[in-house]
Amino acid sequence: MNYILILGATSDMAYATAREFAQRGWGLLLAARNEKQLAVLKNDLQTRYNVPVHTLVFEAADFGSHADFYSRLPHQPEVTALFFGYLGEQEKAQADWEEAKRIIDANYTGAVSILNLVANDYEQKKKGCIIGVSSVAGERGRKSNYLYGSAKAGLTAYLSGLRNRLTAAGVHVVTVKPGFVATRMTEHLKLPKPLTASPEQVGKAIFKAYIKKTNVLWVLPVWQLIMQNIRMIPEAVFKKMNL
Amino acid sequence: MKKTIANWGQYPCLEADELHFREEEEIAEIIGKSASLIARGRGRCYGDASLGETVVSTTRFNKFISFDRDRGILDCQAGVSLEEVLKLVVPAGWFLPVTPGTKFITVGGAVASDVHGKNHHKEGSFCKWVLDFSLMNSKGEQVLCSREHNAELFETSCGGMGLTGIITRVRFQLKAIETAYIKQTQLKAANLKEVFQLFEQYRDVTYTVAWIDCLQSGDSLGRSILMLGEHAQAEELPRKLQQAPLQLSDKLKLSVPFNFPSFTLNSYSIKAFNFAYYHKLRKQQQSSIASYDSFFYPLDFVHHWNRMYGPKGFVQYQFVLPLHNSYEGLTTILQRISKKGMGSFLAVLKLFGPQEQGLISFPMEGYTLALDFPVCDGLFPFLDELDELVHELGGRIYLSKDARMKSSMFFRGYPGAVDFIRSLESFDPDHKFVSLQRKRLAIPA
Repeated sequence: MNYILILGATSDMAYATAREFAQRGWGLLLAARNEKQLAVLKNDLQTRYNVPVHTLVFEAADFGSHADFYSRLPHQPEVTALFFGYLGEQEKAQADWEEAKRIIDANYTGAVSILNLVANDYEQKKKGCIIGVSSVAGERGRKSNYLYGSAKAGLTAYLSGLRNRLTAAGVHVVTVKPGFVATRMTEHLKLPKPLTASPEQVGKAIFKAYIKKTNVLWVLPVWQLIMQNIRMIPEAVFKKMNL
Repeated sequence: MKKTIANWGQYPCLEADELHFREEEEIAEIIGKSASLIARGRGRCYGDASLGETVVSTTRFNKFISFDRDRGILDCQAGVSLEEVLKLVVPAGWFLPVTPGTKFITVGGAVASDVHGKNHHKEGSFCKWVLDFSLMNSKGEQVLCSREHNAELFETSCGGMGLTGIITRVRFQLKAIETAYIKQTQLKAANLKEVFQLFEQYRDVTYTVAWIDCLQSGDSLGRSILMLGEHAQAEELPRKLQQAPLQLSDKLKLSVPFNFPSFTLNSYSIKAFNFAYYHKLRKQQQSSIASYDSFFYPLDFVHHWNRMYGPKGFVQYQFVLPLHNSYEGLTTILQRISKKGMGSFLAVLKLFGPQEQGLISFPMEGYTLALDFPVCDGLFPFLDELDELVHELGGRIYLSKDARMKSSMFFRGYPGAVDFIRSLESFDPDHKFVSLQRKRLAIPA
């Protein structure tokens, strides 16, 4: 049986992705901080799909625990999908280093810490697939969320480098850029409907990207266009814009 | 952040805060910090029952807890939709005990509205099959409710329109099936009298419903088609389907006699359509095998059919009349509607059996009719007139469809309203759970 390791499994996108894999008979290794919520998901997914589901407590910012965590997995996962992240509050983070560090650790450092281990393992086995959920916010820094954006930019560059390195070993890396998604993280924001995907849409797109070995997945293609245009704005103009 | 929210009828529309929760602790927190709130599932009630200044969406609280495949008992969070339930239970040989005409509602909503289906005359409404549920009360405490534990709260919450608290988890009994298909029969009835006779004649059939052509008058008043349905047994299926009788086959085109809803809803020549519809049934009687989807949820194939009524929205008018008054009463009401020329071109007629639970549950033994009216000038005064007729005949209006009835109509139609309010006072003395409908009907808040 194939297993997928889902890091940050209690997020809406992660749950939707878990369903796509479980529906096709994959076993699930669900890792997240909230043990109670993991138990709820385990019941749900086992009931729906009758596949083995293991839950594991995982703390992204506790870098020291990652090696141990990875070596003790109950099954070797063929696919590792990373969903955890933290939007944080830009204004607070500008004044409060703790908040800034939390954003950086959750979106970048924590991801690098665990994915380094996965990448080394997969490279040695000469197989596997890593799926990393980054963000369109990493395409260009904007005053409204550049701390989150810069951490995601780091993650995007990291995943791109990983793909470049692991291709030779036959390991595939998918970078996911979801755009706006109606999730817990964005519930308090007013999002434009045509630019907003549902978590279910993201889950389906991720499974498809895994099968088709997509490199960079834009869940809603319109976002690729938008970000291309945003990147093309000259810095002299961009710096004066209210974004 | 305020959001524009409306239920299925697109009327009324209001700006409201919409909050979600994924964990029980979050609901308690929301209840603690909100002055007043109302739970809302998929927004498939038609009017203002699940609208309010603060709307608490149950849609992300949508996980299964357990499914006993041997006994057919399902335990799930309240935000699970009937569509998801069917996906899980049908392949295991089980079906919803009661289902309304759409599967896009939540299990929590099914309890709060105590929904009914085409089998009410034989199998009652949804809450009859509920074993227990958990409800988050105004103090943010989780209360287990069943016929044994907290029986009064159970009774008040069944069909209680969400006014007792937030239903978070429901455990209910499913019904065993051999196949995912329905053996359906369609019968023509030339007028109301005939369709009444047919309803009586086929009282033992599990599922019955009639579509009435509202544009007829005189001798043809109430011209209709009665649909009968039974869960098909394996040997009744075509050979091809017998190999996997519980799987709905996408490839096999079944003999659904015509694609009723999409055709109707896109047609402007309704009269011509109704003529065609009625005469399409050449024989007096026609039987076929249909998937459960096409039998129970024909309109679900047309997403957003509610939008065809335009930006002002529509109201669905559904009332029930006591059995002894049903024939006379429906004749008068159909005549009124046909004379006014305002009504929808089609209406759904259904025979209810006795109702067993709920203080303000809608069903009562008798006939219920449902029809759509696009919102326009003069509509509400006309519906007030119909209300008077319904009241004189001893009937009442379905709260889950209602967006406009007057408070007096509610109190006169629901003898259990007084007990309901007394219960609310004891369970929610601070009036935490308030919907627009509650305010409109002046249920003390």
